[in-house]
Amino acid sequence: MIRVDDVHVAFGDVEVLDGVDLTVEAGEFVGLVGPNGAGKTTLLRTVNGALTPDSGDVFVGEDRIHDLSSRAASRRVATVPQDTSVRFAFDVADVVAMGRTPHRSRFSSDPDRGARVDAALERTETTHLRDRRVDTLSGGERQRVFVARALAQDAPTLVLDEPTASLDVNHATQTLALVRELADESRAVLAAIHDLESAARFCDRLALVHDGRIVDQGEPADVLTTEALETAFDARGVVTTNPVTDSPAVTTLPSTTGGGRRVHVLGGGETGASVVGSCWAAGHQVSAGPFSHDDAARSVARTLDVPVETTPPFAAIDRATVEAVSEQIAAADVTVLADPVIDPAATVCRLADDAERLVVVESRPLAERNYGGERGRERYESLRRRATVVDADRIPAVLDEKPGPGRVLADD
Amino acid sequence: MESPPRAPVLLGLGAALVATVLASATVGPVSIDLLTVSKAALNAVGVPAGLSVGVGTTRIFGASVPLPSVSLRYAYPFSFAVADSSETIVRQIRLPRIVLGAIVGFALAAAGTVMQGFFRNPLADPSIIGVSSGAAVGAVAAIVFAVGLPLQAMAFAGAILAAFAVYLVATRDGETPVATLLLAGVAIQTFLGAVISYMLVHAGESLERAVYWLMGHLQNSTWSEVEVTLPAAFLAFAVLHAYAHDLNVLLMGEEDAHALGIEVERTKRILLAVASVITAAAVAVAGVIGFVGLVVPHVLRLIVGPDHRILLPASALAGATFLVAADTLARSGPAEVPVGIVTAAVGAPFFLYLLRRKEVHTV
Repeated sequence: MIRVDDVHVAFGDVEVLDGVDLTVEAGEFVGLVGPNGAGKTTLLRTVNGALTPDSGDVFVGEDRIHDLSSRAASRRVATVPQDTSVRFAFDVADVVAMGRTPHRSRFSSDPDRGARVDAALERTETTHLRDRRVDTLSGGERQRVFVARALAQDAPTLVLDEPTASLDVNHATQTLALVRELADESRAVLAAIHDLESAARFCDRLALVHDGRIVDQGEPADVLTTEALETAFDARGVVTTNPVTDSPAVTTLPSTTGGGRRVHVLGGGETGASVVGSCWAAGHQVSAGPFSHDDAARSVARTLDVPVETTPPFAAIDRATVEAVSEQIAAADVTVLADPVIDPAATVCRLADDAERLVVVESRPLAERNYGGERGRERYESLRRRATVVDADRIPAVLDEKPGPGRVLADD
Repeated sequence: MESPPRAPVLLGLGAALVATVLASATVGPVSIDLLTVSKAALNAVGVPAGLSVGVGTTRIFGASVPLPSVSLRYAYPFSFAVADSSETIVRQIRLPRIVLGAIVGFALAAAGTVMQGFFRNPLADPSIIGVSSGAAVGAVAAIVFAVGLPLQAMAFAGAILAAFAVYLVATRDGETPVATLLLAGVAIQTFLGAVISYMLVHAGESLERAVYWLMGHLQNSTWSEVEVTLPAAFLAFAVLHAYAHDLNVLLMGEEDAHALGIEVERTKRILLAVASVITAAAVAVAGVIGFVGLVVPHVLRLIVGPDHRILLPASALAGATFLVAADTLARSGPAEVPVGIVTAAVGAPFFLYLLRRKEVHTV
């Protein structure tokens, strides 16, 4: 339906679109994602005909959109603009009726007008607003009114620029679900969407725009990766899977100037998971393990691409694993013992013995996690005496401190 | 707020205009009662009854030009018995002035409404693209240098030339950004202001006449001025009115208007040209009458809302009424003052009152 073919657009000397190819079929909802200034809005403006590309073509259906009159173009493409602020005291029904402009002739009335406007209002759940002045609406209500206007336009192609930018979570979801439905009714929909998770959840495909190019496109889960966050958004982050929607969940982290130490995380469980996460987020080079297969800390480590040693469930830690972990601990500047479970052989304690600097984080009392009896307790206590003992939330700060003699910062 | 229904509003404003016209015609050195005025006015109502084609002298803005002419023959359906003196005063002295005032007010308010919508700027008025300054240069030149061409023709030509110059300066690659247009208008107005001042300095004895023209006036109006101005104003208004919906959509912003199927640049060109013509037609016969085109659209926007399908005709009718009333005031004092002084002196305080009471800060 929409076919963008090697489109170049420059504003002055700035190349805003640098050879963009994209297709959107009827029934398909394609999301444009990418950082501010990547060229998403410019791309949308070339698709709806507002902007004529310097080179390349945009086809909507059979027609080159730039060869069409704006009336003909607006019968094919309806647009929901990014800026929906209206300074004029039009009624909502008037604004929605403006969507009928391409179907209206100057000297006769548009017979479908009333019915189309009513249907569009109903569809966007704005019927109750129809006699309100549009300049008195909230941003979210106005956004829906503009979607209604695009619906009244009755075009087979829909272009939306940040349709959820000013909406609360509920309305954002409602709106995207509506757009999804509109696509399912065999419209071709192209939308720039800032919220990556919403984009991934509702779109059939995502196109990642960066520096005026589409650097990747495909299924949301294939496009939204940690590397994509890094290259396109210059952001550190994690992409996991949202267990409820089964779509990618994106967590971005502030860029950091600290970190840079080698940290090994021993122990595991929820505490281990949070320590692995916070050390990674603080910019340290993290290794971890041994964790058992189903350990929460292991799945976090895997998500973050942190090298992790794994042991099969209910099995003793084998020799090879111990050696591998020992090497990592030897190479680490700091070893964090996160709520460790002491097994009969006190393997964790033996491994921690070699640590250059030791930090202990505890959330459960030792008795609950000690299977090594009195001997295990003693070994652990002696480790603890030379370690820095902190709360989990203090971990990034402690790691940034200069290594010093062991001292207890916090106790449980 | 739902837009008020169109028909009652326009009928009401039309009735107010007729009432004002009749009331105005009773005022003057000789007081004539309303009934007599009404009869005399009805007697003056002519309906086109046919065309006569021939070679004759056509009067264009007061000048006799021999041209092949097509002229309308009028039939006068009413013939009430009215005293000759009263009939002459009403029909030959007061009514031409009052009717011309109504047309000028109608034209200026319509042009002002279009300009404010077009520029999405509350300060826009009909003269914003240099029309009034251009007219003033033409008129003052005609007065000061006695060039031999009729003043109204010079003023009209000056107005159109100035508007066209502003348009050309502001247009690049077929696009006319309104911000550029606004600034180009200001620059050209300033330049033309200098030209006018220079001419006034060298005006000598004709200075008083020139200054009087500049203030805006309806004195010595004739039916022949009405005959030229009326069709021009109504024709231009009909075009503007046909574009009322497009103006509404343009208020949403040009990019949005384009996405809704408006040929933005073409529509802007048409609106600009027609609004310039309607303004020029008014200014050419009445001089620079300020404030009608600025205040009346604002007031009506407060009352009927921003929809140009009702706002444009409502403003035009109210502008006509306002100018007739202002001119009645201008000529009813002991010494007649130019109507431009009255419109500004009455309009400005009223506008300030509105500004304090309600929001007039948006178009």
